[in-house]
Amino acid sequence: MSKIITMTSGKGGVGKTTTAAAFASGLALQGHKTVVIDFDVGLRNLDLVMGCERRVVFDFINVINGDAKLNQALIKDKRVENLAILPTSQTRDKDALTQKGVGKVLEQLKEDFDYIICDSPAGIEKGALMALYHADEAIIVTNPEVSSVRDSDRILGVLQSRSRRAEENLEPVKEHLLLTRYDANRVERGEMLKVDDVLEILGIPLLGIIPESQSVLKASNVGQPVILDTDSAAGRAYNDAVSRFLGETIEHRFMKPERRGLFQRLLWRTA
Amino acid sequence: MGWRKDANIKMTSATQAVLDEPRDPPAIQIRGASYTLLVLELPDPKDQTFYSRLADKIGQAPNFYRFAPVVVDLKDLADAPPFNMAEMGRRLRQHSLIPIGVQNGTPEQNKVAVDAGWTVFREGRPSLVEVGADGDKRTVETPDPQAEDTPAIETQAPPAVADSDSPDATAMVITQPVRSGRQVYAHQGDLVVLATASPGAELLADGHIHVYGTLRGRALAGVSGDTRARIFCRSLEAELVSVAGYWRVRDDIPEDLIGQPVQIFLKGERVMIEPLS
Repeated sequence: MSKIITMTSGKGGVGKTTTAAAFASGLALQGHKTVVIDFDVGLRNLDLVMGCERRVVFDFINVINGDAKLNQALIKDKRVENLAILPTSQTRDKDALTQKGVGKVLEQLKEDFDYIICDSPAGIEKGALMALYHADEAIIVTNPEVSSVRDSDRILGVLQSRSRRAEENLEPVKEHLLLTRYDANRVERGEMLKVDDVLEILGIPLLGIIPESQSVLKASNVGQPVILDTDSAAGRAYNDAVSRFLGETIEHRFMKPERRGLFQRLLWRTA
Repeated sequence: MGWRKDANIKMTSATQAVLDEPRDPPAIQIRGASYTLLVLELPDPKDQTFYSRLADKIGQAPNFYRFAPVVVDLKDLADAPPFNMAEMGRRLRQHSLIPIGVQNGTPEQNKVAVDAGWTVFREGRPSLVEVGADGDKRTVETPDPQAEDTPAIETQAPPAVADSDSPDATAMVITQPVRSGRQVYAHQGDLVVLATASPGAELLADGHIHVYGTLRGRALAGVSGDTRARIFCRSLEAELVSVAGYWRVRDDIPEDLIGQPVQIFLKGERVMIEPLS
């Protein structure tokens, strides 16, 4: 039984695409057939983050409009088996998405894939609504700051009222919180919200905490999902989150600032 | 190989999909196909000058309009009193246009149209004369001698069969950078870009494409099927190049040609890339 998982946040720049790329790769690495779809029509970025922008011929919108067949638009990942990318169009806009068209493509993908990851655009308008409408589960990507938390709260409300599951009175969309760009040092100094504060406001289960890490930007720039960088804290944190999603029990890491020795602290100060 | 072909694919042009391929009864073959149609905007069916102005418009390019299938746009006539649609069809035929349907009509108008032997279209996408996400048209200069024509008659799409040998084919010249997400289509002619085309930009032409900046986006020459069309660029960094529907993506372009001045053309079914020296 395949599942549709939407990465959403309301706010932009919090790490939806990074998370979508990492999660899709993580699920595929664990042996699940996974496809990740870019819903950000007109501002497509997923193909860059996945490093397949040089192989795009047809896209999601071509498939919706019947200009291309699905398997012509799907791009197989070169690094990870079981992983495919469905890029979107840069020259069209969100109006090219129709509920019926999207639903038809998703139904077709369900035949071949265990997990369908929808990378939502920011906002609560058409693009985001299309990305969350068909969701079975949603990963709410949130930064530990007030505006991001408020927008996440808003998008949770949208999920509960405007998804297919809400409209058809089915079991509600299963929600997960993923706290990204978490800087334990700044949290300790009171400059960022604590995990508990965020959890108290949003009231949904915590799937993982991804520490702020330079490796994320580096990974995006070279087109490699950060989860493949097992040396980086962010990569390991995403790995934990994927395992938790699949039902494993793993303690949350990266919540406390890293302890530095006296020597390191001196270096830190002078740096 | 760096090329493929699929006759069912049309990457561009205004489309009205007709039917999907049925699966079961194999005896009858009904296939879906896309065509580009002309849309005629009808401001007032009682306007006596309309047909004479239409005749003038058609007189400017009689070959272009001969037996062209036309969709009549009724969007300005929602509140207009009923009029004789069959009669209008007869008069359009006298002007060598073949009305095949209406769009944006009221339910009553649609019924009359169907009774007159026409079909009802949902509004099609305009063809890609210049479609940008922000709707900004300033960067495109279209040398079109017919541009300052009467506003009442607007043709929105080319006819089904493009004739690249047509004497009125003109080149479109773009002087400013073509940004990501923009699409520029030189209908029935060549496209000349004097600046850079960014990744995510799409250059389309029925004829040749010339890029004097760096070509970083997509370039599709001969989109109406002209296999003789070529792409010329001063520096090749394209995401995709295509001639008459055959294509190569960036991954299929040899690294030693990247950043080089090249010409791209079709040899048989192969997209060839040759350095210009």
